[in-house]
This record gives sequence, structure tokens and C-alpha cells, in this order.
Amino acid sequence: MDDKSSDKSLFSQKIKRRSLLGGAATAAVVFVQTAFGKTIQKAIPESVFKPEDDPTKQLGPFPSELGGRSAFEKPVRKPSDISSRSPLQDFYGTITPSDLHFERHHAGIPTIDPGKHKLLIHGMVEKPLVFTVADLKRFPSLSRIAFLECSGNFRTGKEAMTPQEICGLTSQSEWTGVKLSTLFREVGIKPGATWFLAEGSDAAVMTRSVPVKKGWDDAIIAYAQNGEALRPEQGYPIRLFLPGWEGNANVKWLRRIELSDQPYMTREETSRYTETIRDGKIRMFSFDMDARSIITFPSYPQHIEKGWLEIRGIAWSGRGKVLYVEVSTDAGKSWHRATLQEPILDKAHTAFRYLWQWKGESTEILSRVTDETGYTQPTLKQLIDARGTDMGGYHLNPVTAWVIKSDGSVVFKPEKLR
Amino acid sequence: MSKYTYIVFVASLCLGLVHWACSRPGVQTAAHTAVNTERAKDSVIIDSACWPESFSLGHVATEAEIQAWDIDVRPDGKGLPAGSGNFVDGQRLYAAKCAVCHGKTGKEGPNNQLVGGADVKEKTIGNYWPYSTTLFDYIRRAMPFNQPGSLSDKEVYSLTAFLLAANRIIDSTTVINAETLPKIQMPAQKYFVPDDRKGGAEVR
Ligand code: HEC
Repeated sequence: MDDKSSDKSLFSQKIKRRSLLGGAATAAVVFVQTAFGKTIQKAIPESVFKPEDDPTKQLGPFPSELGGRSAFEKPVRKPSDISSRSPLQDFYGTITPSDLHFERHHAGIPTIDPGKHKLLIHGMVEKPLVFTVADLKRFPSLSRIAFLECSGNFRTGKEAMTPQEICGLTSQSEWTGVKLSTLFREVGIKPGATWFLAEGSDAAVMTRSVPVKKGWDDAIIAYAQNGEALRPEQGYPIRLFLPGWEGNANVKWLRRIELSDQPYMTREETSRYTETIRDGKIRMFSFDMDARSIITFPSYPQHIEKGWLEIRGIAWSGRGKVLYVEVSTDAGKSWHRATLQEPILDKAHTAFRYLWQWKGESTEILSRVTDETGYTQPTLKQLIDARGTDMGGYHLNPVTAWVIKSDGSVVFKPEKLR
Repeated sequence: MSKYTYIVFVASLCLGLVHWACSRPGVQTAAHTAVNTERAKDSVIIDSACWPESFSLGHVATEAEIQAWDIDVRPDGKGLPAGSGNFVDGQRLYAAKCAVCHGKTGKEGPNNQLVGGADVKEKTIGNYWPYSTTLFDYIRRAMPFNQPGSLSDKEVYSLTAFLLAANRIIDSTTVINAETLPKIQMPAQKYFVPDDRKGGAEVR
């Protein structure tokens, strides 16, 4: 809509921007005459919109400032008091829409003015520096598609569980920012500095210690996600992003990095995000997310019909690329290679599919991934064998089985943790 | 590109002889096209080859700026502030500011159980926390949950003294300060081991 247009056609009538309401609350527009005889566009609320109307007989809404989802699509996160989970079963491809990215925070989402926010890097450095967000954006930038997964991403216990409920604390974005190594180069890391503390400016002033090596390898100070500024839940205006490493260490709302010759032993790396393993030992600094996969279709509460169907899911590894995914449609007796969707990226959700003819038998379907390090996703039993019956709740990546009943209903196969 | 040509290539980049790899893609001639594939590959590898020594962004942090934010405490005690606290003050503060969420004796909830020894299943300061300094650091940062950052250092020392005593790690007469706190051995420290997964085929 160009205000300067002199064309008298309906489409170039002077239309006030404010009248272009668009968005979820609006499903269509009508044209009404103003007191001055001008035609203006008015939004029709969604409640008036009848989907059975022939769309070729009704003029639709015009372009708007902000798009929205179709009123027929309602994917939602599943929130609890401390987190919200991505609806994995509703996704296509591998990029998580930013408003459906899982959340986990320890003291709510801070409201931060990006014009005032600063990042301080100090400690064992030659020259402690303070950067504004604008400074960070001027550095050579980098974009990278990678998953982010909470290490507490496993739920079990009942048949009526969706992929979202079982492991919806994983999401994938294209992250854009400046490499931490670029900033390390600016401040000059002193010899002997082996760890850095990353601190957020949320109400928990949340902190984690991270090995300096990760900073040199591939850590990013991210300011954007999927083509726009970070979402507030994801650390706006800046966060630490550590490809392949447990979510909690990817400190959001980042305000400070301090270089040190030892870890700080913060609450989140001692009391939390540590797990009991064999012989009463407690594993700490277990950063890498081991390889995992899950079938997202068919899954609970879907129903399938006899005939051909494409089994679909995602696979990923915090240690590298997905090498292959195997699918079993006979409860694990035989395994078949699934097709992987390219590009197969390092430390990224990778889509897989497997064509299957269901003849109405009751069975179990499963997937298991092998990553480029040669690691194959274990069963829960293998994890218990390795870590003992007292194993903690973090870093659990077991093979997930879906039970197909002869009526076509699909339920999760919960397994006993102990 | 052979190793030799690569070295010449990178060297010439740094000398500014091959200008286009330093500035991002511009106008291309036919001569450039032949090396485009190599260039696409190398542009990832040599990204920083022509970077200046410093981008001269940001400003040098002042001591005041560092002091304002540098609140972390390490297990060796580095970062602990002046002042001290004791059990009696801590007990009073706990009842007033913490008990509503953590229970009268630190065991009743509704939020995290803070007190308990080897006999309880819940992870507590007494049976799970490996370092005493973490307690000071965490309370100062994050508690009370509904009033974060509202406690004075002295109050945090006292609450630390109270919670350590309630967990029977110290007795109620021990004064807690920058000297004494790092010396306290936590019962659970001996259980902690660094990540023993090594990558590769093994399930651990
Ligand atoms: C309004 C409720 C509330 C109040 C008041 C409160 N806390 Fe908390 N506290 C919590 C919650 C919730 C958590 C868990 C936070 C998380 O997991 O990120 C917590 C966690 C803790 C932990 C860590 C427990 C663990 O096992 O990791 C300690 C220690 C603690 N609080 C001490 C205190 C002290 C000391 C006070 C009083 C000064 C206090 N809290 C007041 C709600 C409260």
C-alpha cells in the first residue's frame, strides 16, 4: 500500500496502516466507505470467518507488518513451572520455529534493554574489555545450524506420552553471533587460563564454568536466532552457545566471562547437572550430549491406517554428525537403514525417514542412531548396566519404542528406570 | 590446490596481493571463476588470515566496572568478601526469609530440601554438595527466590553458617568468613569425578 499512489483501483486506495490489522485475531478484511467517501479496509475478527466458505469468492487480507500462523495450526510448547517443551511431533524438517524453542530458566526471563547491556571479559586476560551489543555485532560474524538440548531431557512412566513429553527439551536454530575465539583474541588469554566462568544477568545471575578449549573450538556469543534477534526466552540480547553441549552451560542473557585456572564449582555444576553413576560416584562437567534419535511419526496419540506410511523422526549427536539411523518395525528383531535428509550437519538435528507397509499387526517401532564417532544410541538397559541402578536423571538418551496396536493406535512403551 | 600453492596463496592474502579473499565477494572476472571452488573451501579455513591484530572495539574495563559485577566465589576462597556470620543470626534470618519455601527445619519444602544426611534420598547440602563455597555464592546470587540480590554479605555468611550447621558439617559455634569457609570439607566431595565418557563406541 503506497500512500503516494494516484491509481484509483481498489488495491491502491489510500489505506491507513492501522487498519491492516492482520495476525491471529484477524482472518479476513472487508472494505467499508468512510464518511469522506473513501474506501478503507477493515479487519473481520476470526470468529466471523467461516472456513467452509469458498475462498475464491472472498477477498483475503492484504499484506501486513507481521505474519502469523494459519488459524488452523496451533502448535504449542508444553510449559511446567521451570521449563517448556518443544512439540517435536508437530515439526517438519529440522529448524524449530523460534517461538516453539524449548525453555529452561532458573529465575524467569529478564527484560533487558539491548542499548544498555554489556559483556565484560576479564580475569586471566591481558586486557579486560567491555563490549556493548552493538560492538559485538561489528565483529566478523558466524551463523551455524545446531541443536540445543537440556541434559535433563528424558521423561518416562506411562503409555500416554508424546515425543514432546518424552524429550521436548531439544530444539534447533540457526544461531548467528561472534565466535568467542574472536573475543579471546581481543582480550588476550593468559597462559594457564583453563576455564572461564559465564554469567547471566537473570535474577539467578546464573553461572557455569566452561573449559577454555571450548571457547577456542566453536563457542559463539549469539545475538540472533533464525534470522532475527534472539527471543527473550533464549537469552536476548546475547547468550553463550556451545554446539553439542548440555543446554544449561549455554548461559543466556550473558553479561560476564571471567578467565580462571580452575572451575568455580557453581551450584549448577555441583548440586545440579551432575549425575550419580556406578559405585556411588557422581559425574560432573559432563558437557557432551550423546547421540539420540526419536520417531516423531507415528507416535502417541496418533492413529495409523493400513498401507504405506513414512516413519519420520530426528537424530542428533553432540559429538559430531549423524552417521546413520536404523529403524526397526518388529520390536528390535531386525533393523533397517533409514534415509537421512541432507544436509547432515555437525551437532545438528538430522531428519530421517523410513517407508513402511503396515498390515495391521500389533508391533513396536524403534529408531537408533549411530554418530560419526562410532557411538550407537543405547537402550535404557544398556545405560543402567553402564551407570548402575542408582543412575541420575541427566544425560539419558535411550532408544524410544512406540507400540502399534492392531486398531492403529500408537502408545509410548515406558520402561522402568529402576 | 597443492600444499605449496596453498601456502603461497595464504601468504599472498596476508600481503594483500590477492585482494578478493580479504574483502568479501565482489565483482568477478573470468580468471576468478576458475578458482571459485577452491575459494569457497578456503574462505572457511582462512577466514581470519587478514584480520587486524585488534578490531579496536569495546573499551578497557575499569576496576570499578569489574568490581561491580565480579561476585563469584571459587572453592579456594577467591572472591569471598570481608565480614563474617554466625549460626544464631543465620537461624533467625532463615526463619524470616527462607523457611516459607524450604521448610521450618530445611526439610519440609515446598521447594528444595536443604538439610539432610546420608539417610535421606533427596539431594541436600549435607549429602550432595561438594564445596562449601558454592553455598555462599549461590545464596548471594539467587536467594531468596522472590527477592534475589537483597541480602548483605554478612547475612549470607550467617545463612551459610546456619545451613552448614543444620547439616551437621560444622558446629553452631563456628564463625564463617573468608578464612574459615574454604577450609570446610564437604562430606560428598569424595564422590565427585570428572566426566568419564570419552566419546567413541563405548556406552558410559
Ligand atoms: C519464594 C520461595 C523461596 C524462598 C523465600 C527461598 N528460596 Fe531458596 N530456592 C527456591 C527455589 C524455587 C529453588 C530452586 C531454584 C532452581 O532450581 O533454580 C531454591 C533453591 C535454593 C538452594 C539450592 C538448593 C539445591 O539443592 O540446589 C538453596 C541453598 C537455597 N534455595 C537457599 C535459600 C535461602 C538461604 C533462602 C533464604 C534467604 C531461600 N533459599 C529462600 C525458593 C525459595
